[in-house]
Amino acid sequence: MTETLLDISDLSVRFFTYQGIVRALEDVNLTVSKGEVLGLVGETGCGKSVLARSVLRLIADPPGKISAGKILFKGEDILGASRRRLRTIRGNEISMIFQEPMSSLNPVFRVGNQMMEVVMLHQRVGKAEARRICIDMLNQVKMPDPEAVLSKYPYELSGGMRQRAMIAMELSCRPELLIADEPTTALDVTVQAQVLTILEELTRRQGVSVLFISHDLGVIAQICERVAVMYAGRIVEIAPARKLFSNPGHPYTRGLLRAVPLVDEERETLNVVPGVVPGLIDPPRGCRFHPRCAEMLEACGRIVPGPVEVEPDHHVACHLWGSGR
Amino acid sequence: MPVPIVEVRDLVKHFPIRRGFLGRESEFLKAVDGVSFRIHSGETLGLVGESGCGKSTVGFLILHLLKADRGQILFEGMETAGLRGEELQRIRRRMQVVFQDPQSSLDPRMLIKKIVGCPLEVNGLARGSELVSRVRDMLREVGLSEDHVYRYPHEFSGGQRQRIGIARALITGPEFVVFDEPTSALDVSVQAQILNLIRDLQKRKGYSYLFISHDLSVIKHVSHRIAVMYLGKIVEKAPKKDLFERPLHPYTRALLAALPRPDPEKRHPLAVLEGDVPSPVNVPGGCRFHPRCPEAVDLCSTVEPALREVEEGRWVACHLCEAGE
Repeated sequence: MTETLLDISDLSVRFFTYQGIVRALEDVNLTVSKGEVLGLVGETGCGKSVLARSVLRLIADPPGKISAGKILFKGEDILGASRRRLRTIRGNEISMIFQEPMSSLNPVFRVGNQMMEVVMLHQRVGKAEARRICIDMLNQVKMPDPEAVLSKYPYELSGGMRQRAMIAMELSCRPELLIADEPTTALDVTVQAQVLTILEELTRRQGVSVLFISHDLGVIAQICERVAVMYAGRIVEIAPARKLFSNPGHPYTRGLLRAVPLVDEERETLNVVPGVVPGLIDPPRGCRFHPRCAEMLEACGRIVPGPVEVEPDHHVACHLWGSGR
Repeated sequence: MPVPIVEVRDLVKHFPIRRGFLGRESEFLKAVDGVSFRIHSGETLGLVGESGCGKSTVGFLILHLLKADRGQILFEGMETAGLRGEELQRIRRRMQVVFQDPQSSLDPRMLIKKIVGCPLEVNGLARGSELVSRVRDMLREVGLSEDHVYRYPHEFSGGQRQRIGIARALITGPEFVVFDEPTSALDVSVQAQILNLIRDLQKRKGYSYLFISHDLSVIKHVSHRIAVMYLGKIVEKAPKKDLFERPLHPYTRALLAALPRPDPEKRHPLAVLEGDVPSPVNVPGGCRFHPRCPEAVDLCSTVEPALREVEEGRWVACHLCEAGE
């Protein structure tokens, strides 16, 4: 049995807005084991980023509120942690990479100052030592000419270089869990390949667990061992990557996989999941996917399906698999 | 050989960057630097490349939204560069465009009737109740409801907005449509709907398309022939099947190898190209791709390879691809 690093149970997050209460996450259960790369995939607005931010307690309150559930990191309750404790967890033990590196780096400070500040704060070392660590990290992310990069401003770096600088910064503190929220979405394919390769290499070498969030099924298939699929604030399926892609259990996962155009084979017409993603202020009752589901049963509109283990480690939350019937 | 619906020959567009004293134009951003291709009736040419390679500029030049510095743009064999006023408008009505971001390409204060009907009004093709009835027909054609005529863009989802954009482009009955990354802002399941619609409309009405995208799998799904652009030039042009089965240019190969496939069984180490795309202001001498090319030889850094037909219908600009190889 592998050791569980992050254990999220029954997590619900609400946002209180003028339009109403947005039920962004509902009863989410998820674990990340030590050394594992867990993929979280879903379409825009399904709550992937809210989940990521909840783990670090980065949900702005108000309007957001973690209304129920537990987040345990190495057995420690993150939701109950003091502000001071949170500050040491963030960065030191769990760190996060965001989608747009331009907006997560401060444009008016040099890359070096920003990186060194992180290292000095978290590792309590002097300036010279921090600089050495930064250069070492930049070398590890294969940054050309790291000394020069330290004295540059973020705008002087390309998108790929900025994202590599971010990875270097986040991994410099040797966190145990890295949350990567769409880290390659803003990048071109060839640059994305560089960043993914570096991320994979480094996390493997340091034994870091990764919660990797993406809407891109290709990227997820490339680097994740286990994959969770989210739909409208709920996790609908979790399985090892191979099982999920070869034998998807949830109608939504199946629809999604058949909607992707492929380069290696010809698809005459793409499968279409009819309709649109529902709003989360007044989500559909029962299974949130049921209005778009081709295989809907009578129970789907009434009862929320619980997860069923359809084969070892493969959980599907769908009435077609027998729960609630 | 029938006359191609659109033909461009040696298209060049350099944007001046003002630098230094007295606002002298001393540097140029070479967005498009000698591009030639033909699009035949009922055909889709896919134009693929990474950000900043000039693919959108090519689309804009063909539509005369930007003026080319040099080169010819022929529409049904007729030179369009010198056209002004009414003549230009007559041509323009037959070529239309669908933009990437349906959020910013629709005026939020206009009714759908006005947005979709505008091209008819401008061209004096219909007015009053006839205009409304043609808008209704068009909306039905693209999979929206007729009652949507009296709504505003904000009432629609991203996918529906893109359908409105397509309706606006097709209402004048054009022969040729430029799609500039029409699905990049959309989720996978919605993207599938739009791609199916685009293909379906072509099958029914025989439109010719220039389809611009950075996404190889999307390009593959919609195109008959594909042109790969790198830094303002076409490096390879081929029928879809040939290009994906046997890419000849090292850049095309690199693009394909860098693309993660949505199938963990096909997981392969992503081929990593060194460095970033160079700036189109300082284009490398010789072959533009040589600094990143894994197969570059001495010749590549000095002589720029011409785009040559190496096999029937296959054009490659690379010193390593000899004719009849």
